[in-house]
Amino acid sequence: MSIPLSWYLILSAALFSIGLFGVLARKNAVAILLGIELMLNAVNINLVSFWRYGNIASISGQVFAIIVFAVAAAEVAVGLALIISVYRRRTTVIANDLDLLKW
Amino acid sequence: MTPDQVIFILCAAVIVVTAIMVVTSPNLIHAALWLIATLFGVAILYALLQAGFLALVQVVIYIGAIAILFIFAVMLTRREMRDKGPQLNKNWALAAILAVLTFGGLFYILSGWSGFSGKAAEIPAGMDTLRNLGFALVSPDAYLLPFEVASILLLAALIGAIYIASASKK
Amino acid sequence: MSTETIIWLLPLPPLLAFFIIILFTNKGKSLSHCIAVIAAALSWLGSMVVFVRALGVEHFGKEVFQSSINWLPTGNTWLKIGVLIDPLSAITIFFVAWTVLMIFVYSVGYHNYGQPKGDHDRKGLPPHGATIIDENGHSHTVPSIEPMYSRFFAFIGLFAFGMYTLVVSDNLLTMFVGWEIMGLCSYLLIGFWFGKPSARNAAVKAFMTTRIGDVFMLLGIAFVYYATKSLSFRDILNEHTLSVLSSTTTPILGLSAAGLISLLLFIGTIGKSAQFPLHVWLPDAMEGPTPVSAMIHAATMVSAGVYTVIRMFPLISAGFDGYHLTTTMSIIAFIGAFTALFAATIAVAQNDIKRVLAYSTISQLGFMIAALGMGAYVAAVFHLVTHAFFKALLFLGSGSVIHGMEHGVLHTGDHSVDPQDMFNMGGLRKKMPITFWTFLIGGFALSGFPVLTAGFWSKDEILADAFGNGHFVIFLTLAIAAFLTAFYTMRQITLTFLGTPRTKSAEHAHETPWTMTLPLVILSVFAIGFGWVGIPDKFPLLGGILPNWFHEFVGGTLAEAPEVLPFNFMPLLTSLVVALGGLLVGWFVYRNVRSAAEDKLQFKLLKNKYYFDEIYDLLFVKPAYWFAETFAYKFLDQTIIDGFINRIGGVAQSIGTGFRRYFDAPVVNGFGDFLGESTKRIGRKMAPIIQRGRIQYYMVTSLTVAIIVVVLYFFFKA
Repeated sequence: MSIPLSWYLILSAALFSIGLFGVLARKNAVAILLGIELMLNAVNINLVSFWRYGNIASISGQVFAIIVFAVAAAEVAVGLALIISVYRRRTTVIANDLDLLKW
Repeated sequence: MTPDQVIFILCAAVIVVTAIMVVTSPNLIHAALWLIATLFGVAILYALLQAGFLALVQVVIYIGAIAILFIFAVMLTRREMRDKGPQLNKNWALAAILAVLTFGGLFYILSGWSGFSGKAAEIPAGMDTLRNLGFALVSPDAYLLPFEVASILLLAALIGAIYIASASKK
Repeated sequence: MSTETIIWLLPLPPLLAFFIIILFTNKGKSLSHCIAVIAAALSWLGSMVVFVRALGVEHFGKEVFQSSINWLPTGNTWLKIGVLIDPLSAITIFFVAWTVLMIFVYSVGYHNYGQPKGDHDRKGLPPHGATIIDENGHSHTVPSIEPMYSRFFAFIGLFAFGMYTLVVSDNLLTMFVGWEIMGLCSYLLIGFWFGKPSARNAAVKAFMTTRIGDVFMLLGIAFVYYATKSLSFRDILNEHTLSVLSSTTTPILGLSAAGLISLLLFIGTIGKSAQFPLHVWLPDAMEGPTPVSAMIHAATMVSAGVYTVIRMFPLISAGFDGYHLTTTMSIIAFIGAFTALFAATIAVAQNDIKRVLAYSTISQLGFMIAALGMGAYVAAVFHLVTHAFFKALLFLGSGSVIHGMEHGVLHTGDHSVDPQDMFNMGGLRKKMPITFWTFLIGGFALSGFPVLTAGFWSKDEILADAFGNGHFVIFLTLAIAAFLTAFYTMRQITLTFLGTPRTKSAEHAHETPWTMTLPLVILSVFAIGFGWVGIPDKFPLLGGILPNWFHEFVGGTLAEAPEVLPFNFMPLLTSLVVALGGLLVGWFVYRNVRSAAEDKLQFKLLKNKYYFDEIYDLLFVKPAYWFAETFAYKFLDQTIIDGFINRIGGVAQSIGTGFRRYFDAPVVNGFGDFLGESTKRIGRKMAPIIQRGRIQYYMVTSLTVAIIVVVLYFFFKA
């Protein structure tokens, strides 16, 4: 209605950047996953706003967002499972300590 | 300033602030709880966008499942990272710069787009978006296939997660 | 059929006999000798037909039998070859046909046809005898059949082909072909018993020595072709060509072209007819079986050399004005006379029955050559023909004697007795009468026994020509040589046939079969009678009874008939004295000689043939061997050539090794290794920097790069 699209887009850009900062700057692996969740939410906001401010008849924006939900859920599940498994092995969840995949 | 705009600004402020708290809290439980707040804000945003179903799904799935999952994971790995020391690694300044740059870049690119300051169109009367969404997800000539694939993806994730995180493998 | 066809076909039967025997009938002895003898008989028949027809032609010297074909294309012209029977070749074909046929028949008996195979006979060695047990149980050793029986007939067939080819040719080329074929057969037949090293060496010696002469002869033929563009006799020997050739001078010895050509061709004759200095092969050629010695080295092959000189006589005498000999003729006459005397002196001291005859042949050939050198054409031809008959007779007779002696040796079992040594013989006239009488006739013919033997007429004519033309030195030399001839011939006859046997083997000798004695008888008829066709017209008492047919017939070959010299008593008297005197002295000296020790004329110098073989060995043979063995083989071939090649091989190898060691391994391999190694090292150095294993690090890096790229993109887009 009276909210310009740009406000949504700026918001999602900001949320995305904050999430990016979290991914790049946090030590704990779980915290990194939190950052990733923020980024995914930013993407979702983007998708839905484009649906609303674009072609309402074509519901694909929302469908896309639902798929993103599913994927995010799956990804979190697997990611956390991985972290737990790694924690069992190495008793650490600090991302920087997990550096075995080097030369 | 219309009421929508006011609600939006409030909502946006909540989202941004809580997001910043998510990424800067040293205590992970706090961070997870701040995440829940952020997700609430996003849900309200969906409602503003007249995607009510999505708002609901957001709350149920994201907050109800994912955030809880996070809290569980944090609790299970608490022994190790018991709030010791700063939670930001040594490259955090570079990361901040990069985040700012990313934001700036995205803003710059989007502002060059003509439809940037578009106004929302009216939802035509009689269009039931929820009904359309439902049909879109299950009609073969719409998005049935991605829907099913997503289901399988969740199944795979389920099995995978269980397997990976299962108890000690001898 | 026409005479020309017959002439073309004359050499063919012996050649066919050669091929058939070699290819098909080698195992069958009687079949082989039948084929060979029939072939010789066919050629003999053809020759007689041609001869008779030639006799019937008036002025045969002008109307010859001739036929030629175009053979080699040489640019716009053709080299022609063909056949020619003029008086000279007619008379030659006469004696060649007779002697060849007689020798073929003789060979059947000589090689003991009909005798059993020997006990230890091997191919390549003379047969040694077979032991048979007669009805009383006594074992006798008898002569055995020659193991290589058929091969012999094949070889003499090939030889006969060569001789016939030479005689019927009308050009130098086919004549030379026949010449060389006979040289080859001489080698094959002298070395017939190849198991004996002496025979092998003699064969090689014969071939090499005659080859030396043949090289010069070939040069002469080439010169002829160069000067006249033709090789046929009619083209060379006509007046125009001869005058051209005798007027062009050559830089060698101031000879004219004709003189030089004839000298070169004569050198071929020196080799082939065993004149000094190339005489050394003929005595050693006695290693061959006796029919070979008879045919090749008495009647036909050595006669071929003289035939060539006679044929080329117009060329040799081009420039001869009848009195002053040309340079070539002087050389020829000198060599002939010298050889005659030289060989006769050696023959006096020889003990082997065949060696005496060999040296005798050399000496008599010297007579003929000397005659030609003096220009006595008809005399030389006459002596050639008579010599062929009586020398063949003498050789076949000696073979018969040797056979008888061998029978005696086998009977007594005393193998230390050499059946060819005259001092082991004696008294054989009682044991072998036919051989004795025919040998006597031949020997008297050789000595020049007056009137009754052919040799008297021919030798007397040579002496008469020498005396009549004023060549007194030659006359004297030949007279002395004639005396010696009679002397050693009588010596030979005395030692062999007269007196009493000196060894047991001689006592047990007996006459040889008819296949050997029949040819002796036939040849002795010629040895007696042939002289009577050439009695000079002015001869006291006998001249004029029979026309001097020979002089007319053969003299017609030349463009101008040779003149008949006026009769002179001196040469006649001289030849009577030397012939009869020599015979008497020979008989007188040797009638009581019992062994070689009593022989007063066994001078070492003469016995060892003036050491010529040793001199040649030192001068030519040893250096040749040295050259071949040390210089060519060891030095040139092994050291230089092989060394060079081995050096190249070594160099190639060291290049290869060096290449490998200094280029391939360090540079090429090194480069490859360097690339790999340096990549590894760079990777190792970079890895700790880039691959940390930390995902946040990776994400930061990639995001930084992405932002930089986007900025650059937008920067450049604007």
